[in-house]
Amino acid sequence: MAKKASSSSTGSRPTPAPAPKPFVWTRKDLLGLDELSAEEIRHLLDTAESFREVSTRSIKKVPALRGKVVALLFFEDSTRTRMSFELAASRLSADTIVFTAKGSSVAKGETTLDTVRNIEAMGVDVLVVRHAQPGAPHLLARKVRASIVNAGDGAHEHPTQALLDMFTMRQRLGRIEGLQVAIIGDIAHSRVARSNIIGLKKLGAEVVVVGPPTLVPSAITAMGCRVSHSLDDILGELDVINMLRIQFERFGTNLFPSVREYSRLFGMNADRLGRCRKNVLIMHPGPINRGVELTSDVADGPNSCILQQVTNGLAVRMAVLYLVTQGQP
Amino acid sequence: MKRLLTTQQVQRAIGRLYKAILEAMDDHRLIALIGIRTRGEILAARIVEKLRRERGDLDIHHGVLDITFYRDDLSRRRGVPLVRATEIDFDIDDAFIVLVDDVVHTGRSVRAALDALHDFGRPKIIRLAVLIDRGGRELPIAADLVGRKISAPNSQRVQVKLRETDGEEGVFLLNRF
Repeated sequence: MAKKASSSSTGSRPTPAPAPKPFVWTRKDLLGLDELSAEEIRHLLDTAESFREVSTRSIKKVPALRGKVVALLFFEDSTRTRMSFELAASRLSADTIVFTAKGSSVAKGETTLDTVRNIEAMGVDVLVVRHAQPGAPHLLARKVRASIVNAGDGAHEHPTQALLDMFTMRQRLGRIEGLQVAIIGDIAHSRVARSNIIGLKKLGAEVVVVGPPTLVPSAITAMGCRVSHSLDDILGELDVINMLRIQFERFGTNLFPSVREYSRLFGMNADRLGRCRKNVLIMHPGPINRGVELTSDVADGPNSCILQQVTNGLAVRMAVLYLVTQGQP
Repeated sequence: MKRLLTTQQVQRAIGRLYKAILEAMDDHRLIALIGIRTRGEILAARIVEKLRRERGDLDIHHGVLDITFYRDDLSRRRGVPLVRATEIDFDIDDAFIVLVDDVVHTGRSVRAALDALHDFGRPKIIRLAVLIDRGGRELPIAADLVGRKISAPNSQRVQVKLRETDGEEGVFLLNRF
């Protein structure tokens, strides 16, 4: 009787459930990947996998956060991250309120902590915070009872972006461990780079950061990654190329001689793609400066997963909102 | 932990459940068995396997439901176990659906499962099939197809063990949670 396992003859799907994992999520905040263990990161990615299915239904909504309020506090501008969090919250049936610093009480001189305490007093369960000041979400997490999700704090961390990047790598390449990942561009000012380096190292990938010396501080090697100033030297050994956006609005072109030179040395184009491994993954957190970091044929080509990253971002943010609300200690 | 049913008694209960399901589904054209994770999923998989082997003339769909997001006690529990995806890749509109679970107790998981199914479409009929009906309902929900009835005190938990997840088969009585 016991010799025939049911999985062998019921067809390829649905797969029988393995024994339930003993691991249990207990955090009420997501402040950065720095504080998470590899197991917690994997748990987040696995949970996101389950939420991906919700977005394929005809009714793209589950009642998991019904009756909860998610406040989106964007002290710094953002379009896609805010929309992604907003949609993620509504797919979980939460109510959302949006706060942007422009034209608000911040302009009247109110401190961040006072602003946030006032919003929390309205009965908010989760605060999704973007702030120009590194560590702002960490400060808030100590001072308020609601869950805090870091949606980007200065040049420090942007955990959900790194999670969706890793989720996409795992989806397209089947694993993270052992991958050779290059992060290219303005490493010095990039929270996306920092969170990616931290997360990828924890999950066992090798990271190399690439860019001109003005954008790549040599001390970054303390985070466990290699530094290269020549993209061409390492092209052939990479599994993933994550292009960061050059933030012209912040620094103009003061950090390198010209856009044309940057693009010639560090931009991805058809010629460089031809020298990469055949199934190399091209990523970009957006918004793209077409013709600077990537040429259009690369950005829209088969190796690119830029739009997939956006789609996956939704599942990852649903998983984060769900876990932090359930994880109250 | 006290054993209530032996391996053989569990086998017989599954056999009775199988027969009851087979009898319930005559005349229906679009048939689907949907198991509720985790042990309902295994029971549904076993029953579907047997149906496909013995009744090749029937076209039977097979799905899995994760009801975590629909539970009414989400905010009361501490810690979050891993949520797993729901797998229903067929159209459930106008289907005859047999919802399969291991134990029915308060009826709250079934309520959650009905809500979840509702988000996928409008089945013609939904029947509830459970291996063990242990009584103690808190909602107006009844099992249509039952493998075996057991009466257990409300203060205790009835746990079904299946070899795929637990390495052994049996039904046990546990001091509650």
